[in-house]
Amino acid sequence: MTDSLLEIHDLQVAYGGIHAVKGVTLQIAPGELVALIGSNGAGKTTTLKTLAGLLHPVSGQIRYDGKDLHNIAAHQRVAMGITLVPEGRGIFARLTVQENLQMGAYSRNGQHEIAADLARMYELFPRLAERKDQLAGTLSGGEQQMAAMARALMSRPRLLMLDEPSMGLAPLMVQKIFETVRDIAALGMSILLVEQNARLALQAAQRGYVMESGAITLAGASGELLGSEAVQRAYLGG
Amino acid sequence: MEIFFQQIVNGLVQGSVYALVALGYTMVYGILGLINFAHGEVVMIGAMLALSSLNAMLGWGMPPLLALPLSLAFTMLGCMALGYGIERIAYRPLRHAPRLAPLITAIGVSIVLQNLAMMVWGRQYHAFPQMIANNTHTLAGAIINDVQIIIFITALAIMAGLMVVVHRTRLGRAMRAVAEDQHAAQLMGVDINRVISITFMLGSALAAVAGLMVSANYGLAHYYMGFLLGLKAFTAAVLGGIGNLRGAMLGGLLLGLIESLGAGYIGDLTGGFMGSNYQDVFAFFVLIAVLVLRPSGLLGERLAERA
Ligand SMILES: Nc1ncnc2c1ncn2[C@@H]1O[C@H](COP(=O)(O)OP(=O)(O)OP(=O)(O)O)[C@@H](O)[C@H]1O
Ligand SMILES: [Mg+2]
Repeated sequence: MTDSLLEIHDLQVAYGGIHAVKGVTLQIAPGELVALIGSNGAGKTTTLKTLAGLLHPVSGQIRYDGKDLHNIAAHQRVAMGITLVPEGRGIFARLTVQENLQMGAYSRNGQHEIAADLARMYELFPRLAERKDQLAGTLSGGEQQMAAMARALMSRPRLLMLDEPSMGLAPLMVQKIFETVRDIAALGMSILLVEQNARLALQAAQRGYVMESGAITLAGASGELLGSEAVQRAYLGG
Repeated sequence: MEIFFQQIVNGLVQGSVYALVALGYTMVYGILGLINFAHGEVVMIGAMLALSSLNAMLGWGMPPLLALPLSLAFTMLGCMALGYGIERIAYRPLRHAPRLAPLITAIGVSIVLQNLAMMVWGRQYHAFPQMIANNTHTLAGAIINDVQIIIFITALAIMAGLMVVVHRTRLGRAMRAVAEDQHAAQLMGVDINRVISITFMLGSALAAVAGLMVSANYGLAHYYMGFLLGLKAFTAAVLGGIGNLRGAMLGGLLLGLIESLGAGYIGDLTGGFMGSNYQDVFAFFVLIAVLVLRPSGLLGERLAERA
């Protein structure tokens, strides 16, 4: 596993006295789509925020592309290729859709490449193209999720982390979002996908981790997890 | 009618200065949700630095047309450094503290700056050097002089420039993003501390210009001038809707007009009981009225929307 893009070892994160993540170990290879599932309050969001640099671990190691991320601030991680689409999307409601996408490219240089990527995003998400001069706050939930994903892609990530992209969306839109996740994965970047919707997430992913009360309790290939009795009972309503 | 036009002219000139200062309050509030009550003192330091540097340069025999821009640049740099320092020392360590804490350090910073200014420049009023002929013109029966014209046009140009920066540049976009959601802005790769520092420096640069303008307009500067001016500009920012840039400009101009028209007519209205020396009272009427009737200001959104 030395060729992992991301390696987390025994990560522990706390909010004051609340120990939310208690020893998470996981790896992601380049180009891999990995699902992280678990019930409410398991510590999934906390893990992603820590990877993005918004929270600081109590202990443990995060290595990305061979580098220890310990002293690297959140904004610097974006330039290294680590991008998080946060839970709740984090859209800038009072910026236009286009300005949101431009914010995604904030850490990049090169006007021409950025403009080309912007055009590519509008191809990938025609709905956003129609609404590019609209304030992002006026978009529907599904459109906002698309905008958040497009905005993240504008940073040209090597590791894209998605925190519950299907949350609060109608079934049709959920399908659309998962299709998009697959399309993005096909572009070759690594994706860490956190989802409540375990079945869809595992169907899209190559591997998965199951998180319970701050720790990883199961890990394996998606097919194995989908077939596992424990996962079926707890997350697939079987 | 002549009084009316005269007061409109005076009000617009004074109001444009309030607007510049109000922008400083509103930019910081927009980005940090914090009232930088030391901002008025930055204006005062600006006036003092402008005055000292101008007098020094003129004393070296520099022509006024060279001394003025040089002194302006010096003053702006000085105030930017001051604004940067205020944020670093008084506010950044308290970023996650209860809201009352930075308010108290703001008052502390104000007192320190006032006393510092008193030590450096003394308690007396300082006369602003007269550099240009300052011709007067008549406009619809109102008298306006060159200094006033320069102040008004410069203030408008600076405000237009600021709007371009905020709405049309990468930096301005980052400022608006940080104002809306600091975490999300970080996830875009924005160094929020840097953006916050730049915001303080921009506001302080406007304060520097305003300081020079006030002392040029009234011909005087004094270590205590920042207090009242700051309070009035804060009122202007609240009037327009704190956090809203257009609101600060509108509020500044309106407050200047209200004050000036009020001062012009208060004698008639009270049968000579109160004179134009009551001018300062209007700002506080306005502040109280806005807080009671429309706390979100003229262009502000409902507070709930921000929270
Ligand atoms: N800011 C916070 N302060 C204190 N405790 C927190 C904070 N954020 C999360 N927690 C706690 O940490 C634990 C893990 O929360 P986290 O948000 O990481 O869970 P999650 O797996 O993302 O859950 P969900 O599926 O509901 O989003 C929970 O017990 C939660 O209550
Ligand atoms: Mg979560």
